[in-house]
Amino acid sequence: MDFQEIVDADGRIEPRDDMPEGYRKTLIRQIAQHAHSEIIGMQPEGNWITRAPSLRRKAILVAKVQDEAGHGLYLYSAAETLGVERSELMDMLHTGRQKYSTIFNYPTTCWADVAAIGWLVDGAAIMNQVPLTRCSYGPYARAMTRVCKEESFHQRQGFEAMMVLASGTPAQRTMAQEALDRWWWPALMMFGPSDTDSPNSAQSMAWGIKRFSNDELRQRFVDATVPQAEHLGLTVPDPDLRWEGEHYRFGEIDWDEFFTVMKGNGPCNRQRMAHRVAAHEDGAWVREAAAAYAAKQKSPTVTAAA
Amino acid sequence: MLWEVFVRSKRGLSHTHVGSLHAADAHLALRNARDLYTRRQEGVSLWVVPAEEIVASSPEEKDAFFDPAGDKVYRHPTFYDVPEGLTHL
Repeated sequence: MDFQEIVDADGRIEPRDDMPEGYRKTLIRQIAQHAHSEIIGMQPEGNWITRAPSLRRKAILVAKVQDEAGHGLYLYSAAETLGVERSELMDMLHTGRQKYSTIFNYPTTCWADVAAIGWLVDGAAIMNQVPLTRCSYGPYARAMTRVCKEESFHQRQGFEAMMVLASGTPAQRTMAQEALDRWWWPALMMFGPSDTDSPNSAQSMAWGIKRFSNDELRQRFVDATVPQAEHLGLTVPDPDLRWEGEHYRFGEIDWDEFFTVMKGNGPCNRQRMAHRVAAHEDGAWVREAAAAYAAKQKSPTVTAAA
Repeated sequence: MLWEVFVRSKRGLSHTHVGSLHAADAHLALRNARDLYTRRQEGVSLWVVPAEEIVASSPEEKDAFFDPAGDKVYRHPTFYDVPEGLTHL
């Protein structure tokens, strides 16, 4: 069977199979940008590890941030099966030639933001990622299966932390509401531009990379999340939000904000990149030392001496 | 250096390929594999193998390579007729 026959029959493409160059390039870009998002996503939450309100919350947050690193690594490995080097991908992130999700360019100004990220940002990520477990490229689909299993802990711990705040003192309720106000719209933007403004979607659908359109997934997220906000007794910051037939209708997204953040001018773009590049450079001596040690172990003189 | 990782999820099952990772040497690869693939007790044993040491069949030769088994249906028990009513066959 050739490539399109396999895809049309809902089969999986594996690393050394013949594939169109466009398919390979699209996947490298998408998987790499997904991986970059995971590791940049460690920053806004890592910001609160030292100030988590209890040891329990701290242990949970450390585990979550470690998972994000793990997700990045699963994804970089999947991208590498397409014949690109890890170092090239890191370089493209560090020089701004590949992007990451706009959501991580917003600051975490208080503890409630960490709770809101788990609930909304990881909730939106799950909505996006579950269909990717059936993506036509085998290594990406398998990485997504692992990621999705772990994300559901992320979303639940966030919702639980929101519940604690929402049922706490008036000041804690206010914190929870303000966090929802800050994160609601950026979370909706995570599904990407509207279908009318998403030129590559049709091709990705034909290739079996994408299963549902941006707007379909966004609608699912709104439908799933509004009742959760009601359960918390919080108000979704959208005056146009209303139940209509089988779905929630919601107001217009501020696409100017989305494109501003995407182009590098969000509240934290420069800070996130500076931190990432610094972490990479500061870690260079560790990589060099590990490589030198490995080379030494291999050299015949050392083996003889030992 | 790229390593392929295999995990035995529990005693009695064989090691299964779970993914790959980068590490400078075998010892670090094992440590990284522990942190990356068994954070939730997914395994009781780990193998790491240098990716370049794996010899793989080629996808282009797939048909010619696996075809010889294609016309040997008599290797399967379903090939044989069994009289109705008989058991343990």
